[in-house]
Amino acid sequence: MESETGIVTIRNVTKSYRRGSQVVPVLEDISFGIRSGEFLALMGPSGSGKSTLLNLIAGIDKVDSGSISIGGCEITTLSDSELAGWRAVNVGFVFQFYNLIPVLTAYENVELPLLLTRLTRRERREHVEAALDIVSLSDRMDHRPSQLSGGQQQRVAIARAVVTDPAILVADEPTGDLDRVSAGEILSLMDHLVRDFQKTIIMVTHDPRAAEKAHVIRHLEKGLLTDG
Amino acid sequence: MFMLKYIIRNAFRHKLRSLLTITGVAIAILAFGLLRTLVGLWYLGVESSSSTRLVTRNAISLVFSLPISYKERIRQIPGVSRVGAMNWFGGIYISEKNFFPNFAVEPRAYLDLYPEFLLSQEEQKGFLLDRQGAVVGRKLAAKYGWKLGDRVVLKGTIFPGQWEFIVRGIYRGAQRSTDETQFFFNWDYLNETMRRTIPRRADQVGIFVVGVSNPERAAEVAQAIDSTFKNSLAETMSETEKAFQLSFVAMTEAIMIAIQIVSYVVIVIIMVVAANTMAMTARERISEYATLKTLGFQWHHIAGAVFGESLFIAILGGSVGILGTFPAAAVIEKELSQFFPSFHVATSTTLLQLAAALIVGASSAVFPTWRAATIRIADGLRRIG
Ligand SMILES: Nc1ncnc2c1ncn2[C@@H]1O[C@H](COP(=O)(O)OP(=O)(O)O)[C@@H](O)[C@H]1O
Ligand SMILES: [Mg+2]
Repeated sequence: MESETGIVTIRNVTKSYRRGSQVVPVLEDISFGIRSGEFLALMGPSGSGKSTLLNLIAGIDKVDSGSISIGGCEITTLSDSELAGWRAVNVGFVFQFYNLIPVLTAYENVELPLLLTRLTRRERREHVEAALDIVSLSDRMDHRPSQLSGGQQQRVAIARAVVTDPAILVADEPTGDLDRVSAGEILSLMDHLVRDFQKTIIMVTHDPRAAEKAHVIRHLEKGLLTDG
Repeated sequence: MFMLKYIIRNAFRHKLRSLLTITGVAIAILAFGLLRTLVGLWYLGVESSSSTRLVTRNAISLVFSLPISYKERIRQIPGVSRVGAMNWFGGIYISEKNFFPNFAVEPRAYLDLYPEFLLSQEEQKGFLLDRQGAVVGRKLAAKYGWKLGDRVVLKGTIFPGQWEFIVRGIYRGAQRSTDETQFFFNWDYLNETMRRTIPRRADQVGIFVVGVSNPERAAEVAQAIDSTFKNSLAETMSETEKAFQLSFVAMTEAIMIAIQIVSYVVIVIIMVVAANTMAMTARERISEYATLKTLGFQWHHIAGAVFGESLFIAILGGSVGILGTFPAAAVIEKELSQFFPSFHVATSTTLLQLAAALIVGASSAVFPTWRAATIRIADGLRRIG
């Protein structure tokens, strides 16, 4: 077991899905911790439960049993709407397919999470501009996602993930849909966020080069952690 | 603010699809409005027939006439203020397709019984003094370009021959709903001609229009008239003008009910079509809604976006439909004036159209809103790729 002082503490988590009358176990008795400022890579074959585990940590899915404590908050006991509020403040999301809203500009996409805060329009503008500056896309803020390359779209997504300044970023195969060069840029950006902004990053990946950047690598196999 | 922007941009995401949906809603609401107007006018016509007038006809059928001698006897019945003989003439102007109602009436009695036909003093005098005089409605005169003093020839159908008339008056209706397409002329002209040509058909009256002094006693008066002629050669049947009109249009009423049903069916159809489109749209956006939820937006934000978009499209289509109803009604009034003396869209119809559009928007939003609001994030996100 990891130290109790970690930002994320996962204890005896199990999760299964129902497929018709069948119960399919996905995660079995998972326990581990993540320290603040850690860059964790979660690896393993397809279908091993990586995304499921990531979703549980990020509070967008519910455990069957076990506990997940993040920054001292036991998120398994929160209701759906409490979780929504909690996510908005504490977690930034980066997806494989960017998941930007096509009808909104880069600026508007990055502004989205801030609409749920009490910030004024002016304050929001400052935050959005700062976030776009981190990902070096200040000159593209009026572009729609369809007018941006894959790598640029993922950078917008990263700006959206960090704009509320959450402690934790979760990324599910963030380079999975990108060419080598763009993937490299995204990974450097993640590295930059860990080093210079003290973010904790949990990243699911297949990419060995992505794993190289990580401080810690964990392997999942058929719902079990095979290391650590 | 953001919601509004998001809703409007979403609504035009698939331009063609939105355009087709909006057009569909617009046409449905337009059709609904015109059909409702048609039905409304028909009922208005029935409603507006006076309750101070009775119609007395042959008890067997309208086909059979009554002797003119009944007129004096009806006049003597208590409660009767005026009596006027009237015959459906059924004349044709040039061609059969130029249909308009034309009757032979007793001028003085008729003008008194029908105060809703407004005629100047000179025109009244002209009509009363000219045996061959005719009075026509303003719309009818406009349609055929008739002016005072014009000679008009009708070809008799029930009463054979070419009948010549001089236009002595052009009446306007006191109300919007007053029929301005009638043609009436002096009953004596008809009767005297019959006396000369087919004597057995002289002194015969199609109906008597009977004015009653107290509308509340109309039923009593009708009964009194009918009992006066009981067991005589031609028994009578008296009823209010409204009942008389209704018996005439019993068949039409069935059609009107059918039209009413159709008007609702049109709305139901567009409801189903719009619901299908909205469901399709929401399904395509499930992962987008899941993303918004991931970012911390709650179910009611998502529900608002889906519902708002559906309502927006329906209101847009509905507005186009409502605005289109007025010019369409004007065209109908102009082109089909012999069927619809006045094709006026009532305010209540416009409100009904608006309500229908809102119902279309709301009902088509129910299922997609529910789906989008209740989708589990993890499931929604998996829809990608
Ligand atoms: N919502 C779901 N319903 C049913 N089965 C699911 C669901 N999500 C994941 N699974 C199943 O759980 C297993 C692990 O899935 P996932 O966590 O996505 O794996 P990975 O990300 O490692 O490829 C797979 O067998 C998958 O089919
Ligand atoms: Mg996965």
